[in-house]
Amino acid sequence: MDISKEQMVDMYTKMNRIRMFEIRVSELFAAGKIPGFVHLSAGQEAVATGVCANLRDSDYITSTHRGHGHLIAKGGDVKFMMAELLGKKTGYCKGKGGSMHIADVDLRILGMNGIVGAGPPLAAGSALACQYLGKDSVCVCFFGDGASNQGTTHEAMNLATCWKLPVVFLAENNMYGISSCTINSMCVPNIADRAGAYDMPGIVVDGNDVMAVYEASGEAIKRARQGQGPSLIECKTYRHRGHFEGDPCVYRNKKELEEWKEKDPIPRIEKKLLELGALTPEKMQEIKSSLQNEISAAERFAEESPYPDPAELTLDVYTV
Amino acid sequence: MPTMTFAQALNDAHKIEMQRDPNVYVAGEDVGVYGGIFGVTSGLLDQFGPKRVRDTPITESAIIGTAVGAASCGLRPVIELMFVDFIGVSMDQLFNQAAKMKFMFGGKAKIPMVLRASCGAGIGAAAQHSQCLEAWFMHVPGLKVVMPSTPSDAKGLLISAIRDENPVVFLEHKILYALEGEVPAGDYTVPLGKADIKREGKDLTIIATAQAVHTALAAAEKLAGEGISAEVLDPRTLSPLDEETILASVRKTHRVVIVHEAVKFGGPGAEIAALIAEKAFDRLDAPILRVAAPFCPVPFSPPLEKEYVPSVEKVVKAAKTVMES
Repeated sequence: MDISKEQMVDMYTKMNRIRMFEIRVSELFAAGKIPGFVHLSAGQEAVATGVCANLRDSDYITSTHRGHGHLIAKGGDVKFMMAELLGKKTGYCKGKGGSMHIADVDLRILGMNGIVGAGPPLAAGSALACQYLGKDSVCVCFFGDGASNQGTTHEAMNLATCWKLPVVFLAENNMYGISSCTINSMCVPNIADRAGAYDMPGIVVDGNDVMAVYEASGEAIKRARQGQGPSLIECKTYRHRGHFEGDPCVYRNKKELEEWKEKDPIPRIEKKLLELGALTPEKMQEIKSSLQNEISAAERFAEESPYPDPAELTLDVYTV
Repeated sequence: MPTMTFAQALNDAHKIEMQRDPNVYVAGEDVGVYGGIFGVTSGLLDQFGPKRVRDTPITESAIIGTAVGAASCGLRPVIELMFVDFIGVSMDQLFNQAAKMKFMFGGKAKIPMVLRASCGAGIGAAAQHSQCLEAWFMHVPGLKVVMPSTPSDAKGLLISAIRDENPVVFLEHKILYALEGEVPAGDYTVPLGKADIKREGKDLTIIATAQAVHTALAAAEKLAGEGISAEVLDPRTLSPLDEETILASVRKTHRVVIVHEAVKFGGPGAEIAALIAEKAFDRLDAPILRVAAPFCPVPFSPPLEKEYVPSVEKVVKAAKTVMES
């Protein structure tokens, strides 16, 4: 695999940033500091990180309601994300979007989305723009097992192949759409099994192995960039926490959670980096401490930021 | 000044904008080879090629959703939704995505797209191909809603809609496609958000949209024969609504009849009536009356459909009622 030790360390750092951010958000949420809902991706860091490590600044992504990790992996700043979660005007969306709608168009993040399945057509459209304008940029569409059954996803895949769009359909299968297990809600064992129906390559990947995700998604991104059309990459993973913070998770059993925690993507990459001599335990601790400071600073920034002015309520409804 | 049909005027607008801006593209069912089932996109495929004029599968969510995504990344889609009744299968992409992305993303996103759709009854197309659903779109902050009534308005409004930086729902009453009228040649715009007095009068204001504008004009002609001078006001854009022109007319005439083909209950006339009652109550000499479709789906059988659509007789009757008030 064509990847340097530095890149691997960078991925390790990103995964830890995501994990620490999500854990801190869960603590703040439990303390009543975050309004609304949050849907955390702790446990799924390898997917966002491995995929986005292949992307250029000029590439686009669409995300889901569980997209904090996607945003951080694509280069999002935890300061502005934290501020947005707290509803402050310094947040990415000036406090008007909240957790489920964080976006930064400058970073080519076309938004988290509160509608399951809304991303695939948007991503196909973004890819259409890349193709139409003659750019070799691509769009990666993150979507989950729930969305894989939604009509919009199927429509988007069909159209993406018909028009040979440079889009990668990146399925993040954590087995549960709230309480619906894929065993009951999906008619095939793998999302990737559907790829043939849309005449595109379909690959199943260990979504908790960041290097495997990096490699498989890299191939798909390359295909798209070279004008060979869309692909469907399915990353098998698991969310450590509930669908939303506060979810009693009555639909999952402890044994299953423990089994997946054994496959936690972060210890796995740690082990690899130690074996390769790319990092030492001391260096790892340094990275984590630094990230802790970063997230604490983000929290302070968010808490000290003002709320948006109610007088600005109807601002940004239209482009003038 | 050339004469052309409403459909030809819209076609002309497409050509002008597609020549002017290479990022304008057209997509929809049967818009390419077929030229659109109402002929609005006729000739565009030959002139601009398949990259810019795209026939799509029957997948409204993907058609509209890809347009939203493409618009957010620099293109200017002009999408044809064959019948506005088909918005149901793709409404999320319009009202939750296109309309809200700018606001939800704190102002950074821009969705400059036009969604054109045919609407209206009168050709026996029945319940699922004949509705007027402008009230649905008016109710969504973030959308603009345009409903022309004449060929010259149609061309100028479509050009403005394509140039607008927001998602615009552009509703074309299907009876109007064959309507002929004078249309200026070349590039011109009719501004969004600006109403038009189609006939000046002093005794009452008839506010009407789309096909109902012509019903209102015919009614005004009849009323004139009986000594009643009716002003016919065409909002042209329903969101944003031209409050100033509407209120100025009401302050002048003191009586209002609103005519539209959408169902009366919860229809666009309800908003206009509430606006007038709120801001010009003391200038009214009569209750505001609405002439609109009854609360039922569009029926198939010709005599039923005829009864469904607001008629000249019904408008005349309503006008006389407000005059006697």
